Amino acid sequence: MLSRVATFAIDGIDPWPVWVEVDIRPGLPAFHVVGMAGKAVREARERVRAAILNSGFEFPARRITANLAPASLPKLGPGFDAALAIGLLAASGQCRAEALERWAIFGELSLGGELRPCRGLLAAAEGARRHGLTGLIVASERAGEAALVDDITVAAVDSLRGAARLLDGEDPPRPPVPDAGPEVAAETLPDLADVRGHAFPLRALEVAAAGGHNLLMEGPPGSGKTMLARRLPALLPPLSRDEAFEVTRIHSVAGIHRRGGLVASRPFRAPHHTISASGLVGGGQVPMPGEASLAHNGVLFLDELSEFSRPSLEALRQPIEDGRVAVVRGQRALLFPTRFTLVAATNPCPCGFAGSDRHCSCGESELARHRRRLSGPLLDRLDVRTTVSRPSAAELRAPARTSTAEMRERVLAARERQQHRLAGTDARCNGQLDARLVRSHVLPTDEARRALGDAYDAKSFSARGHDRVLRVARTIADLDDRDRVEVADVMAAISFRTQDELEGEIAA
Amino acid sequence: MNVLDESEAGPGACRGCLRRAWLIARLGGHIERAWLARRPLPAVLALPDDELVAALAGTQRERVENEYERFDADAALRFCRATSVIPVCSCDGRYPQRLRELPDAPAVLHVYGDVARFERMVAGECVAVVGARRATPYGLAQARRLARGIATAGISVVSGMALGVDSAAHAGALDAGGPTLAVLAGGPERPYPPSKRQLHADLAARGAVVSELPPGARAHRWGFPARNRVIAALGRLTVVVEAGERSGSLITAALALDLGREVAAVPGLVTSPLAAGTNALIADGARLVRGPEDVLEALLGAEAAEAARRESGHEDLPADLWELLQRVGAGQDTVGALVAGGSGLDAVLAGLSQLELRGRIRRTAGGRYARLS
Repeated sequence: MLSRVATFAIDGIDPWPVWVEVDIRPGLPAFHVVGMAGKAVREARERVRAAILNSGFEFPARRITANLAPASLPKLGPGFDAALAIGLLAASGQCRAEALERWAIFGELSLGGELRPCRGLLAAAEGARRHGLTGLIVASERAGEAALVDDITVAAVDSLRGAARLLDGEDPPRPPVPDAGPEVAAETLPDLADVRGHAFPLRALEVAAAGGHNLLMEGPPGSGKTMLARRLPALLPPLSRDEAFEVTRIHSVAGIHRRGGLVASRPFRAPHHTISASGLVGGGQVPMPGEASLAHNGVLFLDELSEFSRPSLEALRQPIEDGRVAVVRGQRALLFPTRFTLVAATNPCPCGFAGSDRHCSCGESELARHRRRLSGPLLDRLDVRTTVSRPSAAELRAPARTSTAEMRERVLAARERQQHRLAGTDARCNGQLDARLVRSHVLPTDEARRALGDAYDAKSFSARGHDRVLRVARTIADLDDRDRVEVADVMAAISFRTQDELEGEIAA
Repeated sequence: MNVLDESEAGPGACRGCLRRAWLIARLGGHIERAWLARRPLPAVLALPDDELVAALAGTQRERVENEYERFDADAALRFCRATSVIPVCSCDGRYPQRLRELPDAPAVLHVYGDVARFERMVAGECVAVVGARRATPYGLAQARRLARGIATAGISVVSGMALGVDSAAHAGALDAGGPTLAVLAGGPERPYPPSKRQLHADLAARGAVVSELPPGARAHRWGFPARNRVIAALGRLTVVVEAGERSGSLITAALALDLGREVAAVPGLVTSPLAAGTNALIADGARLVRGPEDVLEALLGAEAAEAARRESGHEDLPADLWELLQRVGAGQDTVGALVAGGSGLDAVLAGLSQLELRGRIRRTAGGRYARLS
């Protein structure tokens, strides 16, 4: 007898429908799985046999062939267990095959026959909807994630036997138990009210959040760079439902979203500087999203920027420019979305104490080398740059300068102005303005334009820096609720830069 | 005896002087050993040729004497020409008069760059600006500002192109488009330290680079105190910008004093190790230098200094920027400090950028601002 069960393969972060065909016929007892099955899928035979027997079903002592179609698509991971087992039961007449026209099933089996959730639940549910199936059978654990998708029935079952009873019509589909609220309660996010001093970096943080600009912080160790960076996600506008879906899908595929439900807050990813290029942008034998994709719609924080390997930093260029990255494996190119705000932190010099109260022990050549490591195309994408210095004792005693709620209100107002102005363009915020949009949307006054020209002639910044200054000036004016960019905005924007751009002449 | 006739583009250097320069370079390693054995350098460098060989060459004496006898001045001149170096020997009218006061004056100055410009520079006033290699941002800013002011007044800035203060001084003079002269410890056509390649090229194009050693000679350790004596002799005044307690810049200052030149120093924080040497010089009676005006006053008198001061006037600054500038100069040198001092953040940021664009302040490491003028 032949049966056919729908399930999904997750390729990158996209679901692809896979038909599991099981054929049982007389012959020497054997169980073959064909159709470009990965290692985990071949191992599935042992799990499926044990699960079927331990669930009280019979494992047919005949020649069993399972085919995963289409054969051209590589199938990886344990998500095919349940579909194989159900297909086998249907082919051997142990459960009804008619219902399999409507239901897809996605999950891993334990030897005892329990159904377990696996990565990419949300993507699988979206696949079920996209391919016209009405229902998806998943493990009860984390079933809430699949239930986020409208228009399909998600049935949560605990075991293979439960799945069989559902298909036989003995049990009604059981809706998933709703998850216990958002993943992280908003109150537990760190607040700017804990920050003392740091007038300049706080302003930089505000401008970066308001304009969606990438941020560079330079300062000695322990001065508060990481602390400030961690407070950025809470300053950004809340995730829209679409954005939350994108984030949840990626995190689910990567296996870091384990609570069910939607991801509620903007991601904050801080990979260590020893990370490889493929760890950063995605890749691997089984192509997985990298840190840049995990930070999609959130913040990617690179501490000790100068310590990251050059290939890693180079690999970040495409994700930053395009908001997505193409990972090529074999003949396939997978796309991962990567629209994040980049926050980078670095020491001012190799020893870390240049310009601070402590003595810097670096020589001029070490400083030059440090600056060289920091230079390059990535740096051009960091619009807002600030120096972070250790707060003084007086600043530590003083009350906080602002709070997250207060600053966020200004940020949201500025974002709204931008969205209004940028309606109909590709850009969502000032940080995404390209050269053409800078010309049409920044609107400096004649005076401001002249001041910028003078500053440019005085070699305060490069040609690329020219547009950078305008983008940041635009955001500063937006924060101040003004349509035109004025001289003061340009001047303030020029001050958002760090040592690296300035020296060179002294070293000359 | 001139081996080249005067008609050939001027450069005439006599065989004796060229041979002397060659000999010093040839015995570089031997001088190094003598110097490391604490033999006073001036005593060594003042020896006549034959005694020098006898005293230093040791087992190689015969070989060196042989080479000395067969020295080919034409080949030396050809090599100079090939490396764009012009030897100016002590028999030449263009040789700096002030160098003749040295008991161990170099026989030849090898000039890399325009020799006419070199001649004008050494014929006019020169000020030596020297200091620490690992200078602080304050020291670098002061050296640059000082050199800029001095060069603007048409006075040449002489230094050693070392890292730190020396390079900042050259850069400051070049900023002002003014005359500046670097004295190197090795061959003048080789940038030393190599990281100063760009500065070396700029100096050759717009100032001059000189050395007592012929092109191709490597820099020995004794070469640095040796070139310091040339710097000290060329400057009518030697200004030390930053120097630790046992700094090479203090050697230059001592050499200048020996030659009867005036020594001046830029004061620093009493807590800074890099100000220990300069503050000690001031305590011992060196002239205190707060800015280029003080240098000009020492050289040209109070009137010229007053004129220079007027030129760098403050009248062109609006009141708020002037106030901001004063506060930066008074030690509120970070954005945080200025805001804590009661100014609006945006006004501070905009004001600092404007001051920077006007060249009145300069951002240094860690986001600190240094006042330039």
